[in-house]
Amino acid sequence: MIAVFLKEIRGFFSSLIAYIVIIVFLIIIGLLTWVFKNNTFESGYSNLDILFFWSPSVLIFLISAITMRSFSEEKKSGTLEILITKPLTDFQIVLGKYFAGLVLVFLALLPTLIYFFTVYQLGDPVGNIDTGATWGSYMGLLWLGSIYVSIGLFSSALTDNTIVAFILSFFLCLIMYIAFDLLSGVSWFSGIDYYVQWLGINSHYQSISRGVLDTRDLLYFISTTVLFLWLTKTKLESRKW
Amino acid sequence: MESVKVINLKKIFGEQIAVNSINFTIGEGEIVGFLGPNGAGKSTTMKMLTGFLPPSAGESWVTGFNVEKNPLEVKRNIGYLPEHNPLYLDVYVKEYLLFCAGIFKLDKKEERVKNIIDRVGLTPEYKKKIGQLSKGYRQRVGLAQALIHDPKVLVLDEPTSGLDPNQIVEIRNVIKEFGKDKTVILSTHIMQEVQALCDKVIIINKGVIVANDNVQNLQNTSKTKTIIVVQLSKEIELNIFRAVQGVLQAKRIAANKYELECTSDIREQLFFAVAPTGSAIINMQLEQQSLEEIFKILTNPNLKV
Repeated sequence: MIAVFLKEIRGFFSSLIAYIVIIVFLIIIGLLTWVFKNNTFESGYSNLDILFFWSPSVLIFLISAITMRSFSEEKKSGTLEILITKPLTDFQIVLGKYFAGLVLVFLALLPTLIYFFTVYQLGDPVGNIDTGATWGSYMGLLWLGSIYVSIGLFSSALTDNTIVAFILSFFLCLIMYIAFDLLSGVSWFSGIDYYVQWLGINSHYQSISRGVLDTRDLLYFISTTVLFLWLTKTKLESRKW
Repeated sequence: MESVKVINLKKIFGEQIAVNSINFTIGEGEIVGFLGPNGAGKSTTMKMLTGFLPPSAGESWVTGFNVEKNPLEVKRNIGYLPEHNPLYLDVYVKEYLLFCAGIFKLDKKEERVKNIIDRVGLTPEYKKKIGQLSKGYRQRVGLAQALIHDPKVLVLDEPTSGLDPNQIVEIRNVIKEFGKDKTVILSTHIMQEVQALCDKVIIINKGVIVANDNVQNLQNTSKTKTIIVVQLSKEIELNIFRAVQGVLQAKRIAANKYELECTSDIREQLFFAVAPTGSAIINMQLEQQSLEEIFKILTNPNLKV
């Protein structure tokens, strides 16, 4: 698993993928947080709400892009056959790729700590920021990224066409992130709207963003990630059916 | 001891039976040629042996481990070069081999990689990206990848297809070199390859094994008659040949050149029969039935000798 993980990481950094993902993420988020209308200065409070509001949407796009090749390309070029006939279980291959993707998300988020530091210093008095909520939001972003990466891997395992994988991943992430929230507003679900909302990532992300690490939220994040990783593994094994 | 054993192995893709209940065993250290026309089921059989595809029925063992039940052990003992030699083109040769060594958790990785690069003849190219290499060198990378963990069994699916004649010879030499202490199964549809490399040959057609023997035996047994080509200094009467016992048919194929169908190798008798006529024998040749013809006969039921 470690060998696969290292290979993927090396792949990200020896091609331009890693740099482009990190730079594009920082530029978009930087512009939204500091420059565009409704930025942090205008909000009047020392917080990073704008960063945490936009990041999930930007990450959908970027994570779909970094995971779209992971299996589709290996299938297309035939290297998956080499990988599978090495002494690795299918799940080890999936996990290696998953952790590599997660590390890339982590590295993209890391520089935004500078934003946190800036706002911390700008507070009046200095340090007048809800530190708990900020850390909670970072945790939430990482977990959200974890689900996105597993969805991306699953989409990539479904096809040998990278563009199809990208669109599929984009679509599934979007559904998981926001669609359940929107659906819960539909009148059909009036009695069970809370449960419908609970299925989506957003409700748990909002909950963890308040700075409260609720085990129910953690359980949701972990089980959703594992579900999609398991689906990916099952898809890989489907060659045996 | 047998290192590969296959019992009633069968693979069905939808309606099509790709491999139909084949059985064979391969002894330790043997080099076996897997011969057959395209689509005969060679690759499918190899994919089942290496654990990439599960069989529809039947079982196989590699170095004593059951492929279905102990896939990881089997994969540790097999070096596999798939058809078309898939590679990561944007990765450096050395990096790729280090990755493969890492999967097997080998110690002294650097040293091993260096060693294998040297042995497959990649030294002049090992600093390049795989995508920059010529086909022959890519094939060496594929072989290096299959050999890095020093496997007991080597499975090579058409290792020389698409290479130029020089490269073919070079790759064959690498296979020969490594095949000394390994069991090698290599598939091909080139007859000379089997003759040049293999001890044994398994001919497969439409998913069924039509021959499984060593190369020498196959050449001898399937031969129904002996052909002797005689070249003389002067023309002689065909009847002189026909009078020799054992000659079934005689025919003149060119000036001073005769082709004789005989029951066995009777070159000595022919010499004494021709000598009194005053015509000297310049050349006398026993025609070996080539593997190519055997292959044609075995894989084409409409063709009879």
